Amino acid sequence: MIEQGSQAEIVRQSLKKRYRKERRFRMYGRVAIAVALASLLLLFVDIIGKGYTGFIKTTITLDVTLDGEAMYLDDPTDKDQMSMADFQAPIIASLQGYFPQATERSDVRQLSRLVGSYAGNQIKDLLVDNPGLLGSTQTLEFLVHDTVSVYVKHAGDEAYSVRLSDQQKGWVDELVEKGVIDTGFNDVLFSRGDSREPTNAGILGAIMGSLLTMIVTLVIAFPVGVSAAVYLEEFAPQNRLTDFIEVNINNLAAVPSIIFGLLGLAMFIGLFGMPRSVPVVGGLVLALMTLPTIIISSRAAIKSVPPSIREAAMGMGASKMQVVLHHVVPLAMPGMMTGSIIGMAQALGETAPLLLIGMVAFIVEVPDGFFSSATVLPVQIYLWASSAEQGFIELASAGIMVLLAFMISMNALAIWLRKRLERRW
Amino acid sequence: MKLKSVVASVALAGSIAAVSAPAMARDTINIVGSSTVYPFATVVAERFGRNTDFPTPKLESTGSGGGLKLFCAGVGTQHPDITNASRRIKSSEIELCASNGVEAITEVKIGSDGIVIANSKEGAKVDLTLKEIFLALAKDVPDPKGGEKLVPNPYKKWSDIDSSLPNEEIIVMGPPPTSGTRDAFVEIAMEGGCKSYDWIKAVKKQDKSKYKSICHSMREDGPFIEAGENDNLIVQRLEQDKHVFGIFGYSFLMENASKIQAATIDGVSPTPETIADEAYPVARSLYFYIKNAHVGVVPGIEEYVGEFTSEGAWGDNGYLVDVGLIPNPRKTRMEVVKRVKSLTPMTAADL
Repeated sequence: MIEQGSQAEIVRQSLKKRYRKERRFRMYGRVAIAVALASLLLLFVDIIGKGYTGFIKTTITLDVTLDGEAMYLDDPTDKDQMSMADFQAPIIASLQGYFPQATERSDVRQLSRLVGSYAGNQIKDLLVDNPGLLGSTQTLEFLVHDTVSVYVKHAGDEAYSVRLSDQQKGWVDELVEKGVIDTGFNDVLFSRGDSREPTNAGILGAIMGSLLTMIVTLVIAFPVGVSAAVYLEEFAPQNRLTDFIEVNINNLAAVPSIIFGLLGLAMFIGLFGMPRSVPVVGGLVLALMTLPTIIISSRAAIKSVPPSIREAAMGMGASKMQVVLHHVVPLAMPGMMTGSIIGMAQALGETAPLLLIGMVAFIVEVPDGFFSSATVLPVQIYLWASSAEQGFIELASAGIMVLLAFMISMNALAIWLRKRLERRW
Repeated sequence: MKLKSVVASVALAGSIAAVSAPAMARDTINIVGSSTVYPFATVVAERFGRNTDFPTPKLESTGSGGGLKLFCAGVGTQHPDITNASRRIKSSEIELCASNGVEAITEVKIGSDGIVIANSKEGAKVDLTLKEIFLALAKDVPDPKGGEKLVPNPYKKWSDIDSSLPNEEIIVMGPPPTSGTRDAFVEIAMEGGCKSYDWIKAVKKQDKSKYKSICHSMREDGPFIEAGENDNLIVQRLEQDKHVFGIFGYSFLMENASKIQAATIDGVSPTPETIADEAYPVARSLYFYIKNAHVGVVPGIEEYVGEFTSEGAWGDNGYLVDVGLIPNPRKTRMEVVKRVKSLTPMTAADL
């Protein structure tokens, strides 16, 4: 009796301590979550704070007189003349309308630096399409030069105005006041490929490249991964060989992605002689990378189908193949798809293996097929982030937001599929 | 059964590869090479693409060494046509090229680039000599107590090297060994400071590899931090910490002139003028190399090179100056253009 009483006493005494311990443990958990949330918040605030200006474009609207004499052009259908014509002249003339005192050579030079480098090409393209417009006056919207763009977007911030002269700043301020220079939604970002001029650069090329690459990855990795998983789980005999294969698949999932790039370089480009920088090779490499993920998650999905389903089907006289195709695979499909989507989302954010197969490249044209040179979203972000021009910093952050949007929607799709289709036993 | 489909899928993948196996005729120029030349070459490529009927060339930024390796891998459309380099081709690379059938290469010197040592504008403005740079960053330095022997770099603070320098810890961020900027910095700045010691200079005659290991080894005990190829990151670090110095190309200094300042070296500050006339000691030339065998096979190479070497691009008032290229003197430009027009191949003797 005395013995028992003292034991209860011990328990009672230690109770407080144990409660404290539990409270402490819970607090650690809360702190961990708070730290994770805080860093996520910091990331978002930083990216959005830096990048929202990437979604804004700065334009200048001018009435330009397409004066043949000033452009040294009298026949827009003549190719030789077109290549020698000065398409910058009408723009400068129009700007001089606002600032008549700017006639010195250096002034004219500074004036022409207000508009983007490819404003002249806009006039050229217009004349190629409509030769009849020569001599007429048109109201055209041009993109401004990068330096002007960052100056306008970050008005009042000293750091963004160093590359403009005081004279240019005066001009820009006046044009902004008159509404000639204006800002709007950056549709260029979503309609063009890369450019070395931040105002002209778009992410469409990279989005298309990512899409083409992901299609190849999906088409290769999903059927191969699922069939491998089904075979290993349902048909393969349990022996040393299958154990060996299983260990290797698990190891493969942990191999650094750059190794797959090296493999792709040696195999697809070296051995098969496929071209560099194309979505097919990128897709194949990423397919190899995602295969283990898909196999492992598909096997887990198949394992979670209760044996009673199989036994019931067998009991009804179904063949092994019918059991697998009619019952097990359909029931495991949601799990397989979730695993595949998560694997694909991982592949979407990958740059390291693509470095070696030449997809880290400056490509202006938007890719239109599996064999045209392309780059992908994370690579585009990397290329912009390492460029010197100030305008590219905000574009890189804008690109990150686009990539995050893709990732989040892919993960949301995976969650939705799981919620919608998964059956709980 | 399922194994069959696995085999079938693999076979399918293989056959896709097999179909594409014959090297396809290419109508886009492929360019690889230095990340320092990349900003200049991409501007030219984009202009070329927009102003002509040729497609815009594809440019990969692989580093000078990586570019030359790809370039020298052979003749044929699966290999690049042009490689950019922020240093001159080495004779070993010319040999590698020749052994793979790449015999005729035309060299184009496009201009210069200065390498700057810079810190935040809030930090101290310093004047360094090449010798001080060497003493601050080399792995082993001559014994400060005198004598002709090397000791592991004992300097922790700039003021330990020379009392006129700030009383701050030495922290310098620089490019990794794959970078042409690193090669050039080591060869010009480090070696320049190193050979100011006569006895080390004397080593060169006796044992060239020993001399190289003395002069070219960067310290690994902390004060020198290898940053990635991304110079923007170095610039960001400088903004955050005024005690840190960074090593990068002149164009990044130009873009960030509001936030960072360059140290003067031997009393000369880096400006386009001082870099072009080589008064600023840490300057190097930039190049690209053309594979002559591809001219006429891949359309547009001559025109692209023509655009690059036009006065409007690389001249004193050309658009490349806007992105930070320091042009060759006009006389050099004329010579290079002449060589390019005739596609005169270079030989090992030119080096």
